[in-house]
Parts: sequence; structure tokens; C-alpha cells
Amino acid sequence: MNVLKIATAGSVDDGKSTLIGRLLYDTKSLTDDKLEAIEEKSKQRGFDYLDFSLATDGLVAEREQGITIDVAHIYFSTRKKSFIIADTPGHIEYTRNMVTGASTAQASIVLIDARNGVVEQTYRHFFINNLLRIKDVVIAINKMDLVDFSEEKYNIIKGEIEYLASKSEYKNQNLTFIPLSALQGDNVVSTSENMPWYKGETLMHHLERLDAEDVQEETQVRFPVQTVIRPKTEEYHDFRGYAGKIYGGDLEIGDEVSVLPSQTKSKIKSIHFFNEEFAKAKSGSSVTITLEDNVNVSRGDMLVKVAEEPTITKQINATICWMDKEPLQASQKYYIKHGVNDAQAKITQLNTIIKTDFSGKIENPSALELNQIGDIQLKLSKPLLVDAYNQNKSNGSFILINPKTNNTVGVGFIKSPL
Amino acid sequence: MNQRTIQVDALESEAIFIFREVVAQFEKPVLLFSGGKDSITLVRLAQKAFYPAKIPFPLMHIDTGHNFPETIEFRDRLTQELGVELIVRNVQDNIDNGTVKEETGRYASRNMLQTETLLDAIEEFGFDACIGGARRDEEKARAKERIFSVRDDFGQWDEKNQRPEVFDMLNGKIDLGQNVRVFPISNWTELDVWSYIKKENIEIPSIYFAHKRNTFLRDGLIWSADDAVVFRDEEEEVVERMVRFRTVGDMSCTAAVLSHAVDIAKVVEEIRDSSISERGARIDDKRSEAAMEKRKQQGYF
Repeated sequence: MNVLKIATAGSVDDGKSTLIGRLLYDTKSLTDDKLEAIEEKSKQRGFDYLDFSLATDGLVAEREQGITIDVAHIYFSTRKKSFIIADTPGHIEYTRNMVTGASTAQASIVLIDARNGVVEQTYRHFFINNLLRIKDVVIAINKMDLVDFSEEKYNIIKGEIEYLASKSEYKNQNLTFIPLSALQGDNVVSTSENMPWYKGETLMHHLERLDAEDVQEETQVRFPVQTVIRPKTEEYHDFRGYAGKIYGGDLEIGDEVSVLPSQTKSKIKSIHFFNEEFAKAKSGSSVTITLEDNVNVSRGDMLVKVAEEPTITKQINATICWMDKEPLQASQKYYIKHGVNDAQAKITQLNTIIKTDFSGKIENPSALELNQIGDIQLKLSKPLLVDAYNQNKSNGSFILINPKTNNTVGVGFIKSPL
Repeated sequence: MNQRTIQVDALESEAIFIFREVVAQFEKPVLLFSGGKDSITLVRLAQKAFYPAKIPFPLMHIDTGHNFPETIEFRDRLTQELGVELIVRNVQDNIDNGTVKEETGRYASRNMLQTETLLDAIEEFGFDACIGGARRDEEKARAKERIFSVRDDFGQWDEKNQRPEVFDMLNGKIDLGQNVRVFPISNWTELDVWSYIKKENIEIPSIYFAHKRNTFLRDGLIWSADDAVVFRDEEEEVVERMVRFRTVGDMSCTAAVLSHAVDIAKVVEEIRDSSISERGARIDDKRSEAAMEKRKQQGYF
């Protein structure tokens, strides 16, 4: 099951839901009953064309208001590949839901309405894609039919985005520009005859070509222990396995590992997956590992290869995207969840608010409001085993939880351990 | 020594990761088991997540009393083989004690009545996490569901104010009285589930395979005429047809499809070529455009 996860982003009414509907329609992924429902509802509401957003806007409030409030996950496949598309909201007030959808994506599509060009939400979405370090970003310049398929319009927008990209810290990004009309189907699945000046691929062709494994950046192996498996049965009397998911690289029997935070050294004795044993396990596999020595390992500990240790620290510098109505203020306490590990965290400093149009920072703000992005310093109640986000995505990110409400209030990207 | 490499099977590894998070983060989880293909898949994934230890939580079936007998027989055999505890709670009990009212007429179904029985059972046992086999591809309100979905002590889903869920960090912190609905196969499609059942050679109830059954037509769907719980007008003609069930819900709201698929390979082929969605045969979803969303707000799975 080779699955590519894609997030869409864009401003309100730039046609995200229509684009997804078009992808489903043109790849014949919409079943008859769903298509009939869309036809019937579109007619009932007096629309001149099929309103594909009816397929993705699953909540009553969304259909009432004609906007997307929360992420919808859409599944479809072509003969070459399976896709999961996170259809995320465009409204600024739902930016946190856009981050939710984009955080697990391997590729991203940012939609721009060709008539309006680059707008404030484009900056924000482009910035978040860069913050998340999503390697493949498609800039889909939509509604080309409404600007007479103008090459000039396309070039102006392309130039503006390239200028933005030049100011971004993330240089490893592949930007692909595609002029299209989601409503009429130009360059979505079939090549448009209306834009002979465009020599690139269609959106579908481009997405089919992306390889889910290639879009991951190489990192060192991290194996955070989720739970310790101790069957305590006659057959497995002495079995003590460490269950978790491998991030960033492969693990093999015989690998010398360091158990953190105790820094005890041992070797991998066996790798189990259900009732089979394997000599080697690839990144992304949820396996159970046993060690040659009887060391003390519990949930939240981490196995890594010797000489590839992350930093053990009680203080971190991070960029944070705030997701709660109650603003973040310095000196407040939160729970921090870092992978499968937990600690308490105190915000010791709120350094800056970052402007998402790459135009700079506001120094020493008093609070960080909903959907704002800023740089902070955190002090932790116990040492965590961290990497910088640009070195290892899974081990370089965390969430903050408000202890009073239990809500997830922020997502953080570790810049450097202090 | 086995020299093979375990490759990433992303969906399976993701589901196993979720199961382990549930056991690590909650005191009293339970797996909601209907005897259908999705919950059978969940059971296999739970086995894999904790092997060689046993599945560390019970299975619970909310029995509408209108189940296919093949499903019940299968349920009892599977739980016995696995050596896990099976809890059964009956919708009939809620009907008898007057906490819910049985529907009558042409579209009467016990499907919605399950909610009350489920919420009672959650309270009775103090479950803080209920693992279910819902998939986001099933229905458009389901597509909005988080993997860890918080419900209040009325079982309500606050669909407009869900917690952000970023990367694979799952926040299981809840207040007393709340519970979390957990969906490990959120990202699977119907075809993924069938392909997995085929690959893993998992046994499933016989009603999923084509068989001869007395049926009648209503609203363009094929209904089983063998069961008294399915409402049928006198003039609706009973015909023997070769059918199978694509989904195993309450008999009163689950229609069959014409099929010649007698084994898993054929079923996978049929699903791949199908132009009708799985829920197209579930009449309860057709009650209104927001049927599922409304049921979920009330505590339905």
C-alpha cells in the first residue's frame, strides 16, 4: 500500500474543495451514489454546475456557510498510486486545522485564485508549509479560465512566490507551478488545450510521480519506546520486548544501541513483528525489539544507534504555532508531549512573533494569539531527548497541552536545545 | 535466523502505533466489536500490537438483537480462540426498561438505539477509551473525525471544536467522565481493509460471501426476506437471489448486493470495480444529508 498524503491549502473561495472534487471526478473515484447526491443537491440549490464541495464539506455548519471548517480526509486511488488528501480550511480563524491537516502530509498543494494573485492567506499557508518543511509544494494557480488563460498573470504570481521562497530558510523545497481550472478540468487530470504555452505536467501526473519514501529527508534512527511487552505466560516467561515505531532510518539485529536517557549500551538481539522475526526493519515500521542485555527500559525511553545520540536537555528554543483562543503568555505552565514522552513545561520567554509574509519579527510581545507563530524558550520538568526539527521531524516536534482544559494548544518545532 | 527485512506498510504500522498509545495512555480501554470486517481487522491489528502478549483489553459487542446469526456465531468463536473477555450488552434491555423507544413502520431500525446502550455500558464499566473500526472514507461526517476523538459525559461529539491532531502525537488527556473514541483504521479505505484480510488470510463471517438468499426489492436496494425483523410490505415480492453483504450492521438497515464473489480474492476484485459506495447499502445514512453527524453528536459511534 504505497500511500501519498497530500494537504491542500489556500484562501477562502479559491476552489480547494472544487479541485478535490475534480480530481475524484476525473479519476472516476466518485461512486455513483455519491455523484447522484451531489447532482441532486446542486440542482436543488439552483447552482449552474456541480458543487463538488458537497462531497468534502461533511458538517452541517460547513454546508450552511459554504466554507470548510475542519479537515476532511479524502481517499482515492489511480492505477499507479493511492492518495489521502487532507482538505483543509482557508479561513484564517481555522488555520490550526490547516496545520493539523498539513502536519502529516508528504506533499502540499497551495491554491491561488489567478484573479486575486498572492493574498495574505497565501503568505500564511506558504509559510506554514516551509515551517513544516514539506518538501514538495505545488502552487496551483486556479481559475485560469477567468483570466483568459493568461500566461502573463501566471508569470506574475509565479514570480511573487519565487521571491517568497528566496526569503525562506528552508532551501530543500521543490516548487512546482501548475496553471489550472478546477471547475473546468484544465490541467487537473487532462492536459489543457487552452494553455498551449504551459509545457509542464498536469497536477495528477505530477502527484503520481512523487514517491512517498523519497519525500522524507534522511535522518538518524530514533526508536521511542511506546510500551514494554511482558507476556508473563509459560511460553514467553522471560520475554521483554520494547514496542515502538522506527523513525528516520533502519534498525538491524546486532546494531549497537544506546538506551536513553540512562545511556546504557546494548545490542539488538531480535526484531519481532507479530509471530515472525526479521533481521532488519525499515523506518516507519511498528515493531518490537529485544536487547541482548537485561537493561531497564520504560515508556518514553529511546533506543538510538551509538554515536548518533540526540541531545538530552531540560531547556529548548522553539518556533511555536499557537492554536488556542486563550493566548500564550510567558511564565505559564503547560504539559509538553514530545513523541510518546510527557513532561511539564514552563514558557520562560516569548521572544518574537514571526510575520508570515517573511517581512520580519515583532520583538518581545506580551502574548501570542490564536494562529500566530512565534519563537519561545521552554524549561522542562525532566530531560527530554530531542533533535532540531530540521534534523529530525518526528523527534524535533512537540505539542503543548493546557493542563486546565486538556486541549492541545500549540505545536512546536525545536530550533535548538539550550 | 530469518534474513528478511520488514518493509513499511504505512497503514498497518500507523494502526499498531495507535493501539499501543491507547494502552499506554488510558486506564480502561475497550474494543467495540460488531463482528463485521472492520472490527475483525482491528482485532488482528491489536494482536499484532501486543504479541506475544495477549490483547490487553476486553471486546464489547452492543447487540441490537437484530444481528445476522452467522455474525454472532463467528463472534463467540473468535473471542474464545483469542482468550479475550467478551462483554455483550443488549439494546433489548434498554427497550424493556423504557430508556429507548423501538421504531415502527417501513424504515424501523434499531441502529440508532445502540447509542443509549453503548453510553450505559461505558458508564457501567468506566471505560475511558473505546476503540472502533470507523473509517474516514465511509461517510463525509466520518471524514472529519480525529483519531483520538473526545466525547463528553453525554457521549457528545463537538464537531466544530475538535482538538488539533498534529504529526502522530495523540493527546489522550481527558477529564473524569469524558471518554475518547479511538479510530486506528481511520486512514484505511474499504479496499484497504479487504486487501488486508486477503493478505493476512483472516477468517470472516460467511454472509460477506455470495450465497443464495430470499430477498425483496425496496427503494432500489435488496433486502433479506428470511428475517422477521426486516419490514416488508405484502406486495413486495420475494425472490431468491445470489447476494452478499458488504457491510454487517443491524439487519433492519443493511441491504445486500448482487454478487458472485465466493472468496476473498473475488470480493477484492468486486470492490475495486464497484461504482457504489459501501454506505450506499445502509439505509440509516440516507435519512438526511446529516444523518451520521447527528448520530455522532448524540454519542453514536
